[in-house]
Amino acid sequence: MNLVQGSTGDWEPVIGLEVHAQVVSQAKLFSGAATEFGSAPNSQVSFVDMAMPGMLPVINEVCVEQAVRTGLGLKAQINLRSVFDRKNYFYPDLPQGYQISQFSQPIVGEGVVTLDMRDGSSREIGVERLHLEQDAGKSLHDQHPSMTYVDLNRSGVALMEIVSKPDLRSAEEAGVYVRKIRAILRYLGTCDGNMEEGSMRCDVNVSIHRPGEPFGTRAEIKNVNSVRFVMRAIDYEIERQIELVESGGTVVQETRLFDAGAGETRSMRSKEEAHDYRYFPDPDLLPLVLDAAWVEEIKAGLPELPDEKKARLVADYGLSPYDASVLVGEAENADFFEAVASGRDAKTAANWVTGSLFGALNKAGLDVADSPISAAQLGGLIDLIEDATISGRIAKDVFEIMFEIGQDAAAIVEEKGLTQVTDTGAIETVIDGVMAANADKVEEFRGGKEKLFGFFVGQVMRASGGKANPAAVNELLKEKLKG
Amino acid sequence: MSAEIAGLCLTAARDAMAGGDLSAAELTDAHIAQAKAAKDLNAIICENFEQARVGAAASDARRKAGEAGALDGIPLVVKDCYCTKGVPSTAGSHVLDGFVPPYESTVTANLWRAGAVLLGKANMDEFAMGSANLNPHTGPVTNPWQRANDPAKLVPGGSSGGSAAAIAAHVGLGATGTDTGGSIRQPASFCGIVGIKPTYGRCSRLGIIAFASSLDQAGPLARNVRDGAILLGAMAGFDPKDSTSVDRPVPDYEAALSGDIKGMKIGIPKEYRADGMAREIDALWQRGAAWLRDAGAEPVEVSLPHTEFALPTYYIIAPAECSSNLARYDGVKYGLRVAGDNLQEMYEYTRAEGFGAEVRRRILIGTYVLSAGYYDAYYLKAQRVRALIADDFRKAFEQVDLLLTPTAPSPAFGIDEEPDDPVAMYLNDVFTVPASLAGLPAVSVPAGLSGDGLPLGLQLIGRPFDEETMLRAAGVLEEAAAFGAVPALRVGAS
Repeated sequence: MNLVQGSTGDWEPVIGLEVHAQVVSQAKLFSGAATEFGSAPNSQVSFVDMAMPGMLPVINEVCVEQAVRTGLGLKAQINLRSVFDRKNYFYPDLPQGYQISQFSQPIVGEGVVTLDMRDGSSREIGVERLHLEQDAGKSLHDQHPSMTYVDLNRSGVALMEIVSKPDLRSAEEAGVYVRKIRAILRYLGTCDGNMEEGSMRCDVNVSIHRPGEPFGTRAEIKNVNSVRFVMRAIDYEIERQIELVESGGTVVQETRLFDAGAGETRSMRSKEEAHDYRYFPDPDLLPLVLDAAWVEEIKAGLPELPDEKKARLVADYGLSPYDASVLVGEAENADFFEAVASGRDAKTAANWVTGSLFGALNKAGLDVADSPISAAQLGGLIDLIEDATISGRIAKDVFEIMFEIGQDAAAIVEEKGLTQVTDTGAIETVIDGVMAANADKVEEFRGGKEKLFGFFVGQVMRASGGKANPAAVNELLKEKLKG
Repeated sequence: MSAEIAGLCLTAARDAMAGGDLSAAELTDAHIAQAKAAKDLNAIICENFEQARVGAAASDARRKAGEAGALDGIPLVVKDCYCTKGVPSTAGSHVLDGFVPPYESTVTANLWRAGAVLLGKANMDEFAMGSANLNPHTGPVTNPWQRANDPAKLVPGGSSGGSAAAIAAHVGLGATGTDTGGSIRQPASFCGIVGIKPTYGRCSRLGIIAFASSLDQAGPLARNVRDGAILLGAMAGFDPKDSTSVDRPVPDYEAALSGDIKGMKIGIPKEYRADGMAREIDALWQRGAAWLRDAGAEPVEVSLPHTEFALPTYYIIAPAECSSNLARYDGVKYGLRVAGDNLQEMYEYTRAEGFGAEVRRRILIGTYVLSAGYYDAYYLKAQRVRALIADDFRKAFEQVDLLLTPTAPSPAFGIDEEPDDPVAMYLNDVFTVPASLAGLPAVSVPAGLSGDGLPLGLQLIGRPFDEETMLRAAGVLEEAAAFGAVPALRVGAS
């Protein structure tokens, strides 16, 4: 149980999320207009999207397939019969005066998402439902001093709304949940998960209650557009509600906005001001009826999903569950790792990928897709260590150069003359020199001060410019010091 | 001469053109002359005469080249709620003033592909809501019929009243209408012509300005059953851009008019014999049954037990859908915008000024029945009753092939006799609404005259997508009735 301490005792936060994910499709949910991000305003608007008189919606089957794929990926119930409803309200960026959505009979029912927490524990979070709906257009308030302009490019684009059960208990869990949903959607290819471009947004429901007592009244924070903001908004909201209740106030059911600049949530409209959306089945559309065999076909064609990939990485490569869960967060990362680990020692590969490479990428603000070192190149570097061409220490330097200039490890080693010295004769010469220069220490060693062995190894390695094979150095030193 | 040409029905004009006895140019000119002479009826609110002449000339050229279509050179009137590319389309509403669609409705596109010519757009009740064409914005339409020895102007019925009045006045050889609860059949009855509402899903709704999506259906108004059958054949067809359109082949409706109804069972629904039914209506109904019996069919009494709930059910479902369908007329994108100091005011002023009283009333009713706390009691219950009504018909059609009823409870009434109580006006639809709720095909055929000389129609209701049987019987009814009366205000009427 995750409890937050207030001044009057402990509180348990209860959090539910609604994730709005833009469906990857060429055309909109009910029209043939394109969906490309960043196009000139109103350049992707059909007569249907603009709600011209007499225009009618026709369901885009690709979007339906994407919703079913997503439902299957969330291990959820697929409803073979679902209904599109109209959600009625007036706003200039809503040309029809209603949004076509699914209210009482969504296409996807209950499912479950597993969260891998940092401490190695895992949590199962229920998915309440997933439904398809149209996105609205965008009001532009900064184009004219007294008028609002409307861009309808997004009007009618397909969204999946994924509603969680109120199973989350902390901002951290919520963050892991959003990342996990995003990973699943990306694996499935049903949403690009790009929160900056708005193709994934969250509505966050937060309440607090005393452990063992019924849930408190919830506030909904609308349209939060990054994982970090989701977590910050939740933390702020938990604190706000605890302070409010502990100082004698009551939480009211309302819609709030998260102001990222101020780091706070603010009231947008109260329950009394809430719209009566007058949902009713859209008479322009027939109920959506799916063929069970078609759903099975989609199920059979699903890619390996994060949970399965994680289990396989643990089983096949001996990774720790947490390392594996970090790797599978992005399919590209896991693919990269597998390419590096293929035919090589998995632990070594994991260390280089999750440690050195991800560290460097993170520092440079790059994704694995933009990595200056390819999987084959990193594999090549590991091979040079394995066959004793270079030492681990030299490898770290080579890695940095590779990251800088993108060249193969072998070429860098060759060019800079970093090949490890395994020629025992050459190493012996160096050892002889070191022993001669430190005759007193040799005596001490031979007198029983064996701790000095490390000192000699260091001296020899330094004298060889780091190129001497450490194993050979060890062996030869032992012999020579014995005398 | 011109009135004589305009006096030819669609079938006759088609055959005359095919035989080389008449050109499309002559035919269109005759109808333009007729339209100009009948201007006082206010049936046409947007004339398309110049383009019609161009279209007629092109038709003559096609015929010369041997490429004439099924309706080539036939001048038609189109109800104003059909979007016609480049021609204003307003559904008779101020809120759509100046709206010129950059697209064509599927049904009219089908008609133009068959070679027909657009003569003009027909007046209508605003957004097809009404039964009298007393449209405050476009002005009332006058029915070409008058009572014997009474110059009082009468309504043509509605909402396709402009279409019906035009055809009765020989302006155009046929017209498109839309029928939501009787909007083709009731004006056809009032104007002494044939009106066909096909099965829901038979004609595409794409490009037709919506009133109530689950009920709206396109259909023709014509001078006789054969003309109607020809027009319906050209209008109907599957449209992948209308999700409620049904994918099945369009039969040859004209070929279905064999006149043979021997052995057909005709249901007479007893619940339609409402208390206080006018004696002349009842008499006409019985006469109709007798005509069909004489032709070899067998009238059978049937029961449609939920009939009395049809009207209240309709007046919940239709307004509910309209309240949502008409939300798009908000002053933002097209049509009328009345500015205000803020967004809310712009919405309020635009919609208050843009919509007439009846449309406002139905938007309010619809908003009410869908709102939280009332949805279950009104909308949901209405949907359940609608299913029961459809089931009544399904059971009846296990016993009979067709149903025969009067089309309307009365003949046309005076423009000055509009009832104060809107519910009294809604009663005009009492016989037409049930088939609409069940999505069934129905046709009104002129069958006789009222005591004061006004046309009265009989309605035949068919099984889903069995327009052929329905039209075959309608043809028999038409022949037996031998309706030859002529409206007083038809130019060239003798």
